[in-house]
Parts: sequence; structure tokens; C-alpha cells
Amino acid sequence: MQELLTFTIIGLSTGAIYAVVASGLVVTYTTSGIFNLAHGATGMLAAFTYWQLRFDWDLPAPIALFITLFILCPLFGLLTERIVMRGLQGTTEVVRLSVTVALFAFMIGLANTVWPSDGSREAFLKFFEGNTVPIGGINVSWHKIITFGCAVVVAIVLRLLLFRTRMGVAMRAVVDDRSLTELNGGRPNRVAMFAWALSAMLAGLAGILLAGEQQLNIEPLVLLVINAYAAAIIGGLKSLPRTFAGAAVLGLLDAYYLQFSDNSWFPQSFMGFGLSGIRASIPTIVLFVALLVRPQSRLRAGTVRFREENKVPSWNTAVLGAVSLIVVVVGISGMLTRSNTLFLLNGFTLAIVALSLVPLTGYAGQMSLAPLTFAGLGAVAMSKLPGDGNLLTLLAAITIVAIVGAAVALPAIRLSGIYLALSTAAFAVLVTKLIFNQRQTFMSGNISVPILDIPFIDINSPRGRLILSATAFSLLGLGVIALRRSRLGRRLIALKDSPVAAATLGMNLTQTKLAAFAISAGIAACAGALAGDKVSPQQYDFTQSLPIVLLAVVGGVGTVGGALFGGLLLGGNAVLANAVPSLKNITKIMPGLTGITLGRNPNGATSQISEKFRPLLNRWGIISFSALGGVGIWALDASRIISHWAFFIGGVFWFLAVMPNLIAIVDGTSPRRWWAGAIALTGLAVSLGVDWDQAVDSTGKRLLSLILLVAIFGVGTQRVAENAPRIHHSSPDLLGLDVALTPDELDNVERELGVTI
Amino acid sequence: MALLEIREVMVRFGGVMAVGGVDLDVQAGEITGLIGPNGAGKTTLFNVISGMQDPTAGMISVNGVDISHESPHRRAKRGLARTFQRLELFASLTVRDNVRVAAELASLTNIDSTVDRLLEKVGVSHLADKTAGELPTGSARLVEIARALATGPELLLLDEPASGLDESESDRLGTLLRELTEDGLGVLLVEHDMSLVMRVCDSIYVLDLGMIIAHGTPEYIQHDPQVLQAYLGAPS
Repeated sequence: MQELLTFTIIGLSTGAIYAVVASGLVVTYTTSGIFNLAHGATGMLAAFTYWQLRFDWDLPAPIALFITLFILCPLFGLLTERIVMRGLQGTTEVVRLSVTVALFAFMIGLANTVWPSDGSREAFLKFFEGNTVPIGGINVSWHKIITFGCAVVVAIVLRLLLFRTRMGVAMRAVVDDRSLTELNGGRPNRVAMFAWALSAMLAGLAGILLAGEQQLNIEPLVLLVINAYAAAIIGGLKSLPRTFAGAAVLGLLDAYYLQFSDNSWFPQSFMGFGLSGIRASIPTIVLFVALLVRPQSRLRAGTVRFREENKVPSWNTAVLGAVSLIVVVVGISGMLTRSNTLFLLNGFTLAIVALSLVPLTGYAGQMSLAPLTFAGLGAVAMSKLPGDGNLLTLLAAITIVAIVGAAVALPAIRLSGIYLALSTAAFAVLVTKLIFNQRQTFMSGNISVPILDIPFIDINSPRGRLILSATAFSLLGLGVIALRRSRLGRRLIALKDSPVAAATLGMNLTQTKLAAFAISAGIAACAGALAGDKVSPQQYDFTQSLPIVLLAVVGGVGTVGGALFGGLLLGGNAVLANAVPSLKNITKIMPGLTGITLGRNPNGATSQISEKFRPLLNRWGIISFSALGGVGIWALDASRIISHWAFFIGGVFWFLAVMPNLIAIVDGTSPRRWWAGAIALTGLAVSLGVDWDQAVDSTGKRLLSLILLVAIFGVGTQRVAENAPRIHHSSPDLLGLDVALTPDELDNVERELGVTI
Repeated sequence: MALLEIREVMVRFGGVMAVGGVDLDVQAGEITGLIGPNGAGKTTLFNVISGMQDPTAGMISVNGVDISHESPHRRAKRGLARTFQRLELFASLTVRDNVRVAAELASLTNIDSTVDRLLEKVGVSHLADKTAGELPTGSARLVEIARALATGPELLLLDEPASGLDESESDRLGTLLRELTEDGLGVLLVEHDMSLVMRVCDSIYVLDLGMIIAHGTPEYIQHDPQVLQAYLGAPS
């Protein structure tokens, strides 16, 4: 009985932390409609900050607490809302969620940079460490009592705030009807800023309390948010009292499990799988169940949707792209060092994982936070299935994972948007804890995935595997484009654009979503099954999925090119980090930073880039000229006149900086176009002429030089060229009549209209 | 037996009775109007018929088959199609693909020719390769009608198809609707453009505060004192 009391107290104290975190989530979600995945990360940063002030700089606890909770946390919340979140109104749920993923990645990178985990660090002490109070015959630490007290105070303060203050009433008004509040003189933006500040304080408080119990570790603090989701979802993301009740239930379940699993009769394994991962999975399981018992999301007409502007590539473009990708990779693969080959290989593997999101998120509009989990399952299936890596084994592995993907989605499919995304996150954490972290699955921490056995071709080298993965990406990419052009592809788009219209036209939404999930899981499985090497469970951890989701969305999740961009960028990051250790920390923050700017361009970066090249279509003269230039640069390299680095830098410069501006240079009427041409040529001469191996001595510095070169000469060329009036290849009704037309444009209008004066 | 029979249908949102016991019939080959002031419950009734909203009580049948608890896509297979008051086109697909998706869902055999015929019929052939999201409201409404027709429906529910159309387009729409019914299609039309409703409908139901307050021919409805009161707030 006394033991039960002990565990009840432990459970309530854990629950108190969950309650504080969860209430912060609810406050921001209700007032700004953004579900903040980075909420736990905020608490983590606050805990580190508090540690810095209290234990490293030895400030007294009250002062350190005051600075952290009442100055830095609210400031952080205010800035987050003002700089990042405010621009997201009216964007898709995918974009909104991705931006919080970006914030998440950014904060982890920041913490790793400022507080690297190199062992020796002052301990994070509990409040009143060592002091206990006897309750019912057992000794309870003051820290636990303070934790519980904090939750009670938070509950009371929130209640008073929401019901007794002007700001609270304004918050509730915004929750109820944002536009109506605005029409009545309320200021939703100010309310949202206040809510984000409050939320950051709550996250900070929870982070500090938890760190006292568990020490400063990034991962448990960050994943605190998953546990809090469960409580918040029990509260329907709205009701604070129910959220607190949910948190208490979670804490108690955790404590009682701890108590019972200590008994000798408690099974230690089930069907060969150890059950040690269960305790850590309890919140996830509760989250899963809470999501499942939620009422089915109702079909609603008239919800605001965002139009994506991705053009469907024609077959010719797609095949041309796929072939040139393979050719380029084969071409450069001989020039790369072993480690760079492996990094590029990794980039293509990640690109395949990102590609798995194109049909699911890009086409069908369903968000998944677990793409890497399916890749991991693919790797496990490939290594456990008989056949030692022949094509049939690969097909079987893909099929199995696709079925798993559909099976996972089946119970969650009634949900939509954020709820579906969270249930995939819950699934990813569950698989990580129960399967990937099992010694049975990954013998001695690793499994070796057999190399794909293709008749007559030996791919048993990094170079072979690189070419294989680039080919696999190209083929899968063609498959995804074929899907987009197919009957099912149109259905996926229809599902995204208007589920309600699709349903009333006779589409079985569940079946269509299942198909999307199965296809996506199958593609991701390829990435794992083709690993062809030893893989470790950490590679497929849930937190590793998030940067991929992020960069796929940044690249443009609606296009195959976007997936390639995202994967290679993430892979390229590793090249940079490896080459220049001092840049390592910046590369950790970079995915986050790129993602945070997402709100401004929801279609992704690749659509912007391809927009630049669009005018070149049908200009065969210029295309051939560019291709000739490329061949010429390659020939210089092949004949050893220039080094590989000069080839790489010159090639990138030629295609990214010079080619898009060729039209302006060739067609422009302004005398300045010659200047633009001269700048471009100078840039090319510099990039080809410098002896890069001598001038700068490491990969990272060379890459930086490349960026500088493109920035100076490329942007220069573009600026000068853009000043020259160009012929607009647009129809007259697209010309803005509020802007004075240039003589060229007038000619164009007249030509389009068929009037000649 | 009527094509669509609605019996005692009731929808309650918490304490609010949106639809309070409605009986309504739509005959094959006829256009039935459903009019009423804003908030009368017209769109809610549409949602109940198309399966987006469960009725609190009551029964809906098509061709004598009770469909009250079927999912929206099952109802579509039974010959129900609808358009939306706020446009629900597949904005990133082309106009042609919008209609094609519907035809494919109905498992038609000669899809390409059906799509072309329907685009021709509603008069948007020239827009076939435009992205649906770029269309002005008037054309978009016509595309929604073409898309609904592509499922080969027996009963078409139109939710304010003429809003956003200019006078000549609205006239064309009237003619189109009459043509459609000649092939036996039943239409339930919610519309605020009274001249259109009075011109094309065979019979009209008037809904106010969730109740049917009048039912009859256009001539009858135009002179019904209760209708005038519901619309103008005072007896004439």
C-alpha cells in the first residue's frame, strides 16, 4: 500500500511536468492555429540557459529563474511569433507544421553548438537537492513537491488569466472567431504574441523541472513534447482541465508501470522482443489511442485552401532529367574521393526518402513525420528476408513495408491534418523504441543490409553504390511522375484540393489515402533496402526524420526535383561539416534556418529555380550553347588542363549563374548587356583559371569560394542583365496595366493582339 | 415513387435546430427549387442529402433505397452529385482533369469523349487546359456542374449555381438545366436569383428557420403570403 502511495506521488509529479508543457501547447494552438512541434525544444533551451546561469555562472537560483522564465522565455516567444509564425496565416497545414519542424531543428542545432556534450559539465541539481519531506511514511524530495505545486499554480493562474483578465477574454475571443474579434477591435496579432510568450514560459518551466529530475540531455527534453501531445490531445487541443487530467493519467500510468514491471511475474519479453522499451513508449501509446478514439474529422466545404503552382513535367522532360542525372553522377563519380562519394551516396539515399513524401504530402496533402522509419523498416526487412540481396528480396521488402505503411495509416486515416501527422510521429517513436532499439533487431548495434545483387554488374564499391542509388532515385522519380500523370495521381491531387468534392463525386477517401501511404512507405523502404552496408538504428531515429521532411518541403514537396534538392542539400551539409569542422555547428543550424524562411515561399525552392530556367524552353540555340559550354569545361578537365575542383566550380557557375542570364544577354537591347556578358565571362575565367587545390586548401573553403563566386559574379550578371528590357513571353492579359509598358512590351502586346500600326 | 424522398429529416447542432422535420420530393426529369432566406437551412439540408452531415432523425431515399446512413462516396455511386456554394474545384488540376477525375470515379468507358462532350455542353471547352484555380467564379461554377455531370448522376444538387454569373450566363444556365432534365435527370436547385428559379423550376419548396413553409408551382409560391413574410418580414 505504501509502495502504491510512493508511485502515485512519483506519477503525479511526472504528470505535473506533462501538464505544464501541454498547457503551453494548447495555448498557442488555440490562439494561432499552429501546432508547435518545437515546444519541447523551447523547454530544452530554457533548461540549458538556466543551467548556464545557475550552475556555470553560479547565480542564485531565484535570479537565474527570474532571468530565464520571466525575461528570456517571453522574449523568445515574442520573437518567434513576430519573426516566424505571423507570416504563416493562410498557408497550408504542411507548411505551418514544417516551420515548427524547422524551429525544432534550429534549436537542437543551437543547443549542440553552444553546449556541446563533451562529458564534464556541472551537474544540474534539483531544487533544494537532498531535502525530503516524509509523506505517509516515505520521503518525497522537495523538487517533486515543487513540481506538483508549479502545476497547481499554473492551473490556477491560467484559469484566472483566461476568465478574469482583458487579455484572457481577448484570447478566448480569438480562439472562438479570429476575424470577428478583429472586426470588433480586438488585435489577434497581439494576442498571439502574448500567447507565444506565455507558452514559451510554460515550456521553460517544464524544461527546468524535468532537467532537475533527469539531468541535461537534449533528447528527453525535446521529446517531452511527444508526451505532452498525448495530454493535449486528450484535452482535444482545447480544454485545459481535460489536458491536466490527461497529463495526470499519463504520469500515473508511467509510475505504475514502473512499479509492476519490477515484479518477478512480469514478462520481460514477448515473442522474442524485449519489453524494456514499453515504459518509454507509454505516452506514445496513449497518444495513439487518444487519436484513435477522437471523433472522425468531418468533411467540411469551404475551407481555405492554398493553390500550389507546380507544373507537371512532360514525359520528355522527365526522361531527359532522369537520364542526365545518371550521366552526371556517372561522370563525376570517378573524380570524387571515397568520403565524398559516401556523402553523395548518403545524399541520394536521403533524396529517395524525401521522394517518398512527394506522392503522400506533395500530391495527396497528407503529412507524415515518419518517412525515415519506413526506410529503417526497409533495411530491417532486406536484411532479415532470405535471398541475400537479390531483386526478389528487394521487391518483397518493399511490399512488406508498403503493407505496414497502409496498416499503420488505416486506424489513423479517419484523422486529418495535424492529427494524422502526430499519429505518424507517434508511430515513428514507437518503432524506434520497440523495434530499432532492440538488440534482437540490430545485433550489436548494427545490421548489415546485403548489397543488391544485379546480374552482370558489380556494385560492390562506394562508386557502384552511388551510381545504383542515383539510378534508383531516377527510376523512382520517373515512377512518381508517371503516378502524377495517372488516374490515381489525379485522384491524389483531388484529395488534397478538395476532399469534400472528391467524396461527393464517389471517391473512397480512405482507400485513396491508404494507397498514398502504401506507395510512400514502399518508396522510403527502397532507401533503406538499398543501403548495402552496415546500418545502425540511430540512422532511422524519429528525430532524424524531421530534417528530411523539412528539406523536402523547403525544396518543394510537390516535385521530384524538390526531393532531390532536399536530399542533396542535407547530404551536402554533411560534406561541409566533414570538410570544415569549424563549420560543423553552422551546418547543424542550417536546415532549421532554411526552413524558417519557408513561410515566404510555400511552393519550395526548386519551383523558384526552375522558374528562372523556364524562359529557356524552346530556345534550342541557347540550350545547345550551354550544353557545349558544359562539354567544353568537362573536356578541359578530362585533358588535365584544369583540376576537378575547377571543373566543379566552373560547371556550377556556368549552369547556375550564366545560363539563366543568357537570354537577357543575347536578346537584350540595352548596351549594358555586354557588361553583363563580360561579368559572366570574368566569373567563368576566375572559376576555371584559379588553381583551387593550391589557392584554398580544404573542401569547405572551396565550397565557400564557390558560393562567393556565384554570389558576386552571378548576381552581378543578373542585376546588370535585368536592367536591360527583355521581351516578356506572356500573354497580354498577364501584363500589369498599372505599370508603364516599355516599347518592347507594347510591340509584344500588339503582336499578341494581332494589331499592327 | 419520387427519385429523391426526404422524410421528417431533422438536424440539430447542440441547441440549435438547423433543419426541423423536412419532407421533400424530387421527381426525375424535373427541376425542384429550394429557396429561403439566409440561414434557413438550405445548405445543411444539401449536406445531409449528400452525406456530409448525419441527420439527427429522419430518412432519405433515392429510388426507394434508404441511403440515410451511407457515406458520401456510396451515395455518389447511387446517382447523387452536387455542386458547392463556395467553390470546391480541384484547384491545381486543369479544367479537363477536374471533369476527368469525376468520369474516372464513375468508371465510365469512353472517358475522353464524355469529358469533351460535357465541357462543350456547359460551354467551357475553350478553358479545358487552364488550371481550375485560375478561373473566374462564373466559369468555375460551370466547370463544377460539368464535373458533377461526369459522374452520370440521376439526381443533381445545385447549391447557388448562378451566383457570380452575369445575366447572359445565368440565362444560358437556365437553358442548360432544362436540357438536362429532358434526359430524365432530377435537379434540386438552391438559388437566390429568383428570376432564374421562377423560370426553370417545376415546383418550389420554401424553407424558413429549418421548416418547409410552402410548396407549390412557381406561380403559387410568388403569391403565398407566408413566403412574402419570410422574405420581406411583413405581410403584404
